[in-house]
Amino acid sequence: MGKALVLELGVEEIPAQFVDLARNTFEANVRTWLKDNRLDYDQLQGFSTPRRFGVTVDNLSEEQPDAVEKSRGPAVSIAKDENGEWTKAAIGFAKGKGLDVEDLTVEETEQGTYVYAVKKVSGVKTIDLLKETFPLFLNIPFPKSMRWGSNKTRYVRPIHWLVALYGDAVVDGSVAGIKAGRTTEGHRFLGETIEVERADEFEEKLLSEYVIVNPMKRQDAIRHQIGLLEEEHNWNVDVEEGLLQEVTNLVEYPTALFGSFSEEFLQLPDEVLITSMREHQRYFAIHSQAGELLPYFITVRNGDHRHLENIRRGNEKVLRARLSDGVFFYKEDQKQSLETLVSRMDVIVEHEKIGTIKEKSVRTKQLVDKLSTELGEQDNVVSNATRAAELLKIDLSTNMVDEFPELQGLMGSDYANRLGENESVTTAIREHYLPRFVGDDLPTVVESALVSVADKLDTITSSFAIGLKPTGSQDPYGLRRQAAAIVNVARHFKLSFTYESLRDYAVGISDAAAYSSESETLKDDLDEFFKLRFKAALEERGISYDIIEAILVSPFGRIDVLFDKADVLQELHGTKRLKDITEALSRVNNIAKKQEGPANVDVALFEKDEERELYDAYVSLKDALGAKLESGQVSSSFEELEKLAPVIHRYFEGIMVMSDDNQLKQNRLAQMQGLSLEISRFAQFQALVLPS
Amino acid sequence: MNVQQVILKLQSFWADQNCFIMQPYDVEKGAGTMNPMTFLRSIGPEPWNAAYVEPSRRPSDGRYGDNPNRLYQHHQFQVIMKPSPPNIQELYLESLKALGIDPLEHDIRFVEDNWEDATLNAWGLGWEVWLDGMEITQFTYFQQVGGLDADPVAVELTYGLERLCSYIQDKENVFDLEWEAGYTYRDIFYQPEYEHSTYTFEVADHDMLQKLFVTYEKEAGIALEKNLVFPAYDYILKCSHTFNLLDAGGAISVTERTGYIRRVRNLARKCASIHYAERERLGFPLLKEKKKGEA
Repeated sequence: MGKALVLELGVEEIPAQFVDLARNTFEANVRTWLKDNRLDYDQLQGFSTPRRFGVTVDNLSEEQPDAVEKSRGPAVSIAKDENGEWTKAAIGFAKGKGLDVEDLTVEETEQGTYVYAVKKVSGVKTIDLLKETFPLFLNIPFPKSMRWGSNKTRYVRPIHWLVALYGDAVVDGSVAGIKAGRTTEGHRFLGETIEVERADEFEEKLLSEYVIVNPMKRQDAIRHQIGLLEEEHNWNVDVEEGLLQEVTNLVEYPTALFGSFSEEFLQLPDEVLITSMREHQRYFAIHSQAGELLPYFITVRNGDHRHLENIRRGNEKVLRARLSDGVFFYKEDQKQSLETLVSRMDVIVEHEKIGTIKEKSVRTKQLVDKLSTELGEQDNVVSNATRAAELLKIDLSTNMVDEFPELQGLMGSDYANRLGENESVTTAIREHYLPRFVGDDLPTVVESALVSVADKLDTITSSFAIGLKPTGSQDPYGLRRQAAAIVNVARHFKLSFTYESLRDYAVGISDAAAYSSESETLKDDLDEFFKLRFKAALEERGISYDIIEAILVSPFGRIDVLFDKADVLQELHGTKRLKDITEALSRVNNIAKKQEGPANVDVALFEKDEERELYDAYVSLKDALGAKLESGQVSSSFEELEKLAPVIHRYFEGIMVMSDDNQLKQNRLAQMQGLSLEISRFAQFQALVLPS
Repeated sequence: MNVQQVILKLQSFWADQNCFIMQPYDVEKGAGTMNPMTFLRSIGPEPWNAAYVEPSRRPSDGRYGDNPNRLYQHHQFQVIMKPSPPNIQELYLESLKALGIDPLEHDIRFVEDNWEDATLNAWGLGWEVWLDGMEITQFTYFQQVGGLDADPVAVELTYGLERLCSYIQDKENVFDLEWEAGYTYRDIFYQPEYEHSTYTFEVADHDMLQKLFVTYEKEAGIALEKNLVFPAYDYILKCSHTFNLLDAGGAISVTERTGYIRRVRNLARKCASIHYAERERLGFPLLKEKKKGEA
């Protein structure tokens, strides 16, 4: 029979963003610890509120089972002398294990015959072991930690109490100078300081002190309460996951309530209202069933249902002040002419060494111009995209973006629209930050795609130029994320430029830029960086490592094509079909390596039909493969290679490449080389791992 | 409760917690933290508990007295306690009760908010305290001051007096606050708000201010060379305020901005280390003294 365990650390309000980290890490560490200590239990559950976290364990066994500890000693040849007597080595080994030498056993293994010490270890009582879990409380990788008072400990916030109860007994020990006990704190205002008699009454006792320790229960309660308000008022509340999680971690005893604001504030763009309520106040926004934003909000109080009127009034007052500011800023911003907004970009510094936002917008425009011309976009697309590039950052000097940085792009688009820019331009301004993270929305039109790629590529290139490369876990400017975004946009829009032309444009513009580049190896650095980004994106897609190795070879070509190739090969990975093709193509590649330097094929030297057949196939492949890859027809280009496979097989059955006749040999090698170059446009097939 | 009653309540509450009740410092500054009673005294091992009102100047927040919330000069009630007492959150909540704010009738929360002042090279972790959604206090455990690790750690509570009072008095506009029965905030502060805004945005002589900055900076350096910490610190405060005036007047370009901040920070760092050394040379006198209130 086991007993319940509760471990709880009481802390001053933990930042909401770290509460889950604390609970999850501790829960996982205790789970591992129990396993390592061979302790059985029924269920283990982490809990957390802003002021505490820990675990409860049900039916935890009272002591470790006895165990057998077996360790290998020297080989028998060393453990016994020629007379079969134990040697000093054996005696020493036995002594080290606390055994008599006669207790050693001998076993035959694959590596030879050895002596073993086999020892019975009696299990220790659980209560005597449990204090070893205490350091796990301190073993949480909080991104920010602090000191307090004269304490030397660093922790997320000051520590106040430690509850460690096994059954009804306190586990002896301490954390950061705080002794374990059975005293815990109820809700800051509604609850009392209480003694917990038994571990299994912990959750229930705290509930009666207005603390719901289980975060899922708090979250469900919030959802339920919001649901009731929705039903009662016929509202539609957007319960955004991130906000719900944050609010759950800000309260110990949630009570949802609603408030309202004046309809005059609805003149602000919806996103401004929603962002202001969410970011500044942690309120949920409310829509009508028809999807219209309504002048109401929901807030979640840390307490019960009493005096809600006070709290509603207070929150309404705060929101009123915030939104009045918002309206003021919005109107002020609208007084600015486009010229003023553009000229202000001159005084905003992007980075000390890189220069101003205005300079960035000039570079972005050059890049958009090059890219859209290369893509052969229609004139109106080119002109809209370059116009958008000029205006991408006009909102950085506005009051609204100063107040709400997350509205950048959106405000620029709103203001540009008011100042008479066309819809393609304003859409591109709004969407140019997309995608901001994995799984975020992608741009919806090609103008947006072009400025999105150009903006990010310029950020990456200029950062590299002044020596700001991501290293290890350090990527303060989010350059890896931006590279991933470029990949996604290029794929989604099937943008037909190659990575190399993209890079060359960017480097060219960087070389001519106002900042002084500190990198002499910009091109190589970008290649290395993007190669790793492509690799990461391919891995994320579940592409096998050998396929990645086969296709991720410089020059990388079109980004979307690179990923399509991966998909085509992955689809066939491990099949006989791919095996047959690969064997044929690899054979060509391998033998072609024997040819050094460029060589020409002389058709007059062909002796056999197989040679001519392969040559004809080569000629038609040469016409088709490159063109198909350039136009993004990846499946069809793979079919071209597939058609080649039987021809190659026939060739090798009939022809000896390394002929004794040197002239023939050279000609055949030349043919192999030409063919190999074509095949390599698709992949280095010899890198693929084939099923045996 | 009018504004001066709030101040008197807070003073008497914190006096009861063995805080020295200090007075506002007579050099212009942007926040109570910059008062030497906080900045310098939070450095080093000596215990220090003090509370005071600090009129704080933020030239760029000047709105000619037109804005209901933004002011050229607002008032902070500042509490600094070193080492931070273990029950500081409870003490703080008690102080709200002393102001008639019953936590059971409101929603009070500690929401993560970390503080950093680049010019003072100081930072700390803590919260902003929300009263029914309104931020009324900044609550910070100092981790570094003037580039020196805080050891022991001081805790700083900064009550925004105007905000707190507009909540207590249920006023939308700070100028409608009652300062003393029959007298509003407007009666006392409208004219200075208007005039300081006009001066800052329309009149201030930027050439003169730039020269003053250089003069103050130089003088601070000279005082520091003689280990005269407090006089040097006064000039550092003057540098900071002069910079704020120039910045609000749009006289500092973005590239220059970082340069100005770095210059003030360098002085503040130097001042902090010399202060530590001077206190050490004096044998950290407050370590030995009896705490106020003890016989």
